[in-house]
Amino acid sequence: MNYLVIVIGAILVNNIVLMQFLGICPFLGVSKKVSTGIGMTGAVAFVMILATIVTYLIQNYILDKFGLGYLQTIVFILIIAALVQMVEIILKKVSPPLYQALGIFLPLITTNCAILGVAILTIQKEFNLLEGVVFATSNAIGFGLALIIFSGIREHLDLQDVPKGLKGTPIALIAAGILAMAFMGFSGLV
Amino acid sequence: MNQLNNFTKGFLKENPVFVLLLGMCPTLGVTSSAINGLGMGLATTFVLFMSNIVISIVKGFIPDKVRIPSFIVIIAAFVTVVQLAMQAYLPSLYKSLGLFIPLIVVNCIVLGRAEAFASKNNVVSSAIDGLGIGLGFSFALVLLGGIREILGSGKIFDITIYHENYVTLLFVLSPGAFIVLGYLIAIINRIQKK
Repeated sequence: MNYLVIVIGAILVNNIVLMQFLGICPFLGVSKKVSTGIGMTGAVAFVMILATIVTYLIQNYILDKFGLGYLQTIVFILIIAALVQMVEIILKKVSPPLYQALGIFLPLITTNCAILGVAILTIQKEFNLLEGVVFATSNAIGFGLALIIFSGIREHLDLQDVPKGLKGTPIALIAAGILAMAFMGFSGLV
Repeated sequence: MNQLNNFTKGFLKENPVFVLLLGMCPTLGVTSSAINGLGMGLATTFVLFMSNIVISIVKGFIPDKVRIPSFIVIIAAFVTVVQLAMQAYLPSLYKSLGLFIPLIVVNCIVLGRAEAFASKNNVVSSAIDGLGIGLGFSFALVLLGGIREILGSGKIFDITIYHENYVTLLFVLSPGAFIVLGYLIAIINRIQKK
């Protein structure tokens, strides 16, 4: 039951992008096409789950043990940067087309606040390791859900007759606002 | 004159939020009121100012290959300073900004200025650049927070403007952030084109 609450809470009620405003840069940056949106989701999901596990272990077995809690921000960001580098190297070998499609956005995962945000939230909410993994996975799904829905909307938006001043980013932000309004319908589920 | 330009460019011409579209997460996340926007803006300004100075001083010693990780460590150190100081002296602000204080470290504006400006320029210009861009960011946050606070709770900096029976609560909730920012960028684009 507890896990179900975490899953629904993270995917629908407190959607990481639309309700908590984490990971807005990729949300606006790579959402022009559904296919790149899916690729980005995969990369983010992989790094997010891995990063949550590693940061959880470091926090509980190293930082807390030796009273180094104040190093949290520095240590976490370094771990995430190293992980992203690793994913980049693996992806370059395993799937060159995907690597090409994501291009400059892969290094940008390091500065994707969703990853660091979820790692810190897992510690703040005092989850155990399994809950942390479930939380990270659900957040990755929530990120993907918002990103893919939004890129679908933007593909249609390109064909519409948008007033000149609102073309590009402004109309995308307003569309995201309306999407967030739709997600507000889920509040109260948990 | 040149330094003055360097300082003022952050406000409109190269405003990180309205023109460069960087640092969107804290922009949308903390601006439910003007005071939160100001707090976040000033915290980011401090980090930006200090990290720009340090990076422009040490830029000669850092090998090119480990440039980015070193920048991130320098930035993270100053973020920790802000985090601890705010926790000690402004606990209520710290609580309302919450997660977004440690997240300054992944704010693209800070790393962006380090990479694009501080790693190429001298200490004085880098300091002025950091201050200008930081205050431009604060300006954007206060503007956005102010508009949302007036529309969503009928107040500005906690001073009541009109009765809360007439407010549109939507604007302090998450959809309002996206919608107000969308229209603000459209208006700024219009001003810029003239």
